[in-house]
Amino acid sequence: MALSGMRGLSVFISDVRNCQNKEQERLRVDKELGNIRTRFKNEKGLSPYEKKKYVWKMLYIYMLGYDVDFGHTEAVSLISAPKYPEKQVGYIVTSCLLNENHDFLRMVINTVRNDIVGRNETFQCLALTMVGNIGGKEFSESLAPDVQKLLISSSCRPLVRKKAALCLLRLYRKNPDVVNVDGWSDRMSQLLDERDLGVLTSVMSLFVALVSSNIEAYWNCLPKCVKILERLARNQDVPQEYTYYGIPSPWLQVKTMRALQYFPTIEDPNTRRALFEVLQRILMGTDVVKNVNKNNAAHAVLFEALALVMHLDAEKEMMSQCVALLGKFIAVREPNIRYLGLENMTRMLLVSDVQDIIKRHQAQIITSLKDPDISIRRRALDLLYGMCDVTNAKDIVEELLQYLNTADFVMREELALKAAILAEKFAPDLSWYVDVILQLIDKAGDFVSDDIWYRVVQFVTNNEDLQPYAAAKAREYLEKPALHETMVKVSAYLLGEYSHLLARRPGCSPKEIFAIINEKLPTVATSTVAILLSTYAKILMHNLPPDPELQEQIWSIFRKYESYIDVEIQQRAVEYFSLSRKGAALVDVLAEMPKFPERQSALLKKAEDAEVDTAEQSAIKIRSQQQTSNALVVTDQRPANGSLPVSQLGLVRMPSQNMEASTQGQASSREQGMTDENGSINKVVPQDAPSADLLGDLLGPLAIEGPQVPTVPGEQKDKNLLSALEATPEEAGPLALATVDDQPNSVQPIVNIAERFNALCLKDSGVLYEDPHIQIGIKAEWRAHHGRLVLFLGNKNTSPLVSVRALILPPTNLKMELSMVPETIPPRAQVQCPLEVVNLQASRDLAVLDFSYKFGTAVVNVKLRLPVVLNKFLQPILVSAEEFFPQWKSLSGPPLKLQEVLRGVKPLSLPEMANLFTSLHLAVTPGIDANPNNLVACTTFYSESTRAMLCLIRVETDPSDRTQLRITIASGDPTLTFELKECIKEHLVSIPMQTPPPAVSPVQPQSPVTPAAYNDPGAMLAGLL
Amino acid sequence: MIHFVILISRQGKVRLTKWYSPYQQKERSTVIRELSGLIPTRGPKLCNFVEWKGYKVVYRRYASLYFCICIDPDDNELEILEIIHHFVEILDRYFGSVCELDLIFNFHKAYYILDEILIAGELQESSKKTVARLIAAQDSPVETAKEEASSISNMMSQAM
Repeated sequence: MALSGMRGLSVFISDVRNCQNKEQERLRVDKELGNIRTRFKNEKGLSPYEKKKYVWKMLYIYMLGYDVDFGHTEAVSLISAPKYPEKQVGYIVTSCLLNENHDFLRMVINTVRNDIVGRNETFQCLALTMVGNIGGKEFSESLAPDVQKLLISSSCRPLVRKKAALCLLRLYRKNPDVVNVDGWSDRMSQLLDERDLGVLTSVMSLFVALVSSNIEAYWNCLPKCVKILERLARNQDVPQEYTYYGIPSPWLQVKTMRALQYFPTIEDPNTRRALFEVLQRILMGTDVVKNVNKNNAAHAVLFEALALVMHLDAEKEMMSQCVALLGKFIAVREPNIRYLGLENMTRMLLVSDVQDIIKRHQAQIITSLKDPDISIRRRALDLLYGMCDVTNAKDIVEELLQYLNTADFVMREELALKAAILAEKFAPDLSWYVDVILQLIDKAGDFVSDDIWYRVVQFVTNNEDLQPYAAAKAREYLEKPALHETMVKVSAYLLGEYSHLLARRPGCSPKEIFAIINEKLPTVATSTVAILLSTYAKILMHNLPPDPELQEQIWSIFRKYESYIDVEIQQRAVEYFSLSRKGAALVDVLAEMPKFPERQSALLKKAEDAEVDTAEQSAIKIRSQQQTSNALVVTDQRPANGSLPVSQLGLVRMPSQNMEASTQGQASSREQGMTDENGSINKVVPQDAPSADLLGDLLGPLAIEGPQVPTVPGEQKDKNLLSALEATPEEAGPLALATVDDQPNSVQPIVNIAERFNALCLKDSGVLYEDPHIQIGIKAEWRAHHGRLVLFLGNKNTSPLVSVRALILPPTNLKMELSMVPETIPPRAQVQCPLEVVNLQASRDLAVLDFSYKFGTAVVNVKLRLPVVLNKFLQPILVSAEEFFPQWKSLSGPPLKLQEVLRGVKPLSLPEMANLFTSLHLAVTPGIDANPNNLVACTTFYSESTRAMLCLIRVETDPSDRTQLRITIASGDPTLTFELKECIKEHLVSIPMQTPPPAVSPVQPQSPVTPAAYNDPGAMLAGLL
Repeated sequence: MIHFVILISRQGKVRLTKWYSPYQQKERSTVIRELSGLIPTRGPKLCNFVEWKGYKVVYRRYASLYFCICIDPDDNELEILEIIHHFVEILDRYFGSVCELDLIFNFHKAYYILDEILIAGELQESSKKTVARLIAAQDSPVETAKEEASSISNMMSQAM
């Protein structure tokens, strides 16, 4: 079909196509741009047709990649043209050339509005399409009500309404306030009754967006979604034109299942049953067919169904069915299906109980690591990383090391970090760990960060048995002709500390060690020279009786560096030189490094920060679940004394504390790194134990995560058989009774309590706790400083739960009143218990629900943190720039205005951060800060003591390094400023560690360390030895 | 949601771009440059998904033309892949066995058609018949206007 009529445009396109080279093309384009510019200058003489033609040419030139910096007015002005052809061009070209932030768009808001409210259907469509594609905040504010009217109008035809639905979706994304939740839940429910599948497809997209931010309001839509899905899956009453290769609108099916994934659970048994029937049908009824489009469409539906099944945490049988399907997929020839199989299997790791089945596919997954397609290799790596545990770590890590030789450059860094973490987490023995890391440094030194080798040093320092082995290995590597600098560092460090342990072996005399290290000196960087100097000093110290020749050699090096350009080196050289002349005193000063205090692995921290990926999170979660057992497998556990040191402390996982501990850990690891290198001072490392103790006392009543909190030390339960066997007799005692039913808390939760809590901090309803007998759901409403929660206690059994008791332990900042909780919950019944909350003052202390019940002879007692957190008492408020700045200026400096630079921030894009802020009830206010990398938010805090208090927040991000940012918070109350800052920090710095270890190791002989250390088997290992 | 749709030829020429998320002019060029380096170089037997800067690009090749759609990492990839095919089928029906040249000389039509399929980065209409009908309805006022224009003055079209 030719471009009839618009000959000029065709000729221009042909001309451009006929250009022999880029230069010619540019000349032709420049000529045309000049022509258009001249014509536009004299707009009077331009017919609408010509204007249209030139605007199209502009778009074409723009598409070719040339800057078109003029003519926007002409394009935009066509929107106001009275006739359809010009208007149409105006709308389309404008929405291609401009983006939502363009100033010109303001000029046409009124015209666009007139087109939307006007009677002309075709104009309505054009206007809705443009606003839907590039509408910004201003459009949102001025047009949303009109667009809503069109969507629900009964007199509008489907072609207008479907556009209105998506247009509204755009406006809602730009400003969620435009959809007023109160009125919308009923309206949405009616819209979902729509028979026209085109309109319904658009409406469903809108619904997904609405429900994703507020499930509460849309519970009534849940059964309708299930109905729609049923109708499609059974192909009932679906017009032919809405089937795609025989499949009833796969897109609508996918969207509907996506919407269903936002509901935490489906309570109504009939709806649940109907949904599961449909899902079952999809899971079983999808076959691989020849037609690629049909195949893709069917699998699009199937994968969405899998996601929904995982979300609903269906019966075990259905889950294993899913894993079986995925297992099949990862081995098929079709690369898309293979990719998606691996991706979804990684998601599946989040589901409990199926990890073992996934492990059966390990060989196949390892094969995928060698797939020709990098997309697939990436998925395989993620999956292997996620599924790694103590049973398969050796295989997986060795595979990764092997793969490192051939891996793409872009993947190496990630690969190295992952291998290092897995090696640390799941080392079956420590010498293996040292082997792995040294190999890693050898093969991919460029990609091994300092954290990795610091960590090896820490391990070796803390484990005497390992020292000769590590030193010998280091000596071996030094033989290699070409060595990565990191390897020089780590070898030199290890040999400086421990080479004397090898002295009797051949080739390991101080002299020989010195010679082999000194070979490297001329080629290394300054930072390495510093380490080598320390090593020499240590060699000299161990050189007894002194070998004058060696002494002279080393002294001459020290003297040489006394005038070195780098101050650090200079100082070392001078100090070592004079120290080494003091004879015996040298031994005191340069004694072996003391053991490192236990701390969270900086690596693990890094991995958590670096990845937002679900796979990653799942992997971290699973790892932290397994680490206790890991530590127990590799170490011989000798309790320091019979009593159990504050074992509850290990379970307390206050996010803030955790974060402080980990950042502190990281900081001190840096510091430690420095002292190491320095080697001249035995610095007393500040112990954080006392503070942990203090925190432990303060948080004592909150020792809650998970039902297996031991109330009496002797009743400590541990699922890990090995540890129980190794435990002292009185600890083993209760195990002998383990078969007796009345062991407290023999019932395990089937949800991740910490994760549920964290989720509920950001939303207002969902499941707080679930075990095989009971589900505790929560639903909350907040109004100023008042909150009303409802606890839903659902008995899942066919027999009653008795002796139900719920006690609220409120902190001082909250007043809470729980209504009567019945003593018995009848079979399959749900009881609702309202809980009234009044916020007295700003604090991050939490209330705890002490909940117990009896089922049969088992008494279950759990202590659950309640998601009554500071941000619940915030109400977002939009503040204009004129109001903002005076406030901001009047609150100057601490303690009303606090500023902090946060490092190790979970990298979030600005929109993601804005979303997070929105869920924290902070109103992100664009346009106040001129810098697009900054975010300004305002909110009002309500408490009985402060009443409504305005809080202003500014976040400055660094686009080149998203792991750090600066946050400034101001309010009229110093406590509030501080608490709010900490509260936001908790959410930014890291997703609070999700899972407490399910079983606490019975003893922490090195005594109370910070809780963060419990998450770190490395630290525990060190502690246990 | 869909962040953008890009059609690029094997030689790296852009045939259509549509941005649903706000990208500055500079960012747009960067994206196009990066994707033209990334996608046409992938071999024929690989999967249709590329992980790119925390997003996913779902692409499909038809003759010498690559249709690329950028989505969020947790979106359903296959669904998007079939949106591409849905779009291509509608183009095919409209132009009558569509080829790259049709899209070059009638790029504006491609934009009209895309606007009937996607709005706000979401699928608007999955019935080919409905889209075809709406496009035909759009064409008629334009055609009428065109006839009027040419009868008033033929020279205008020569003016170029």
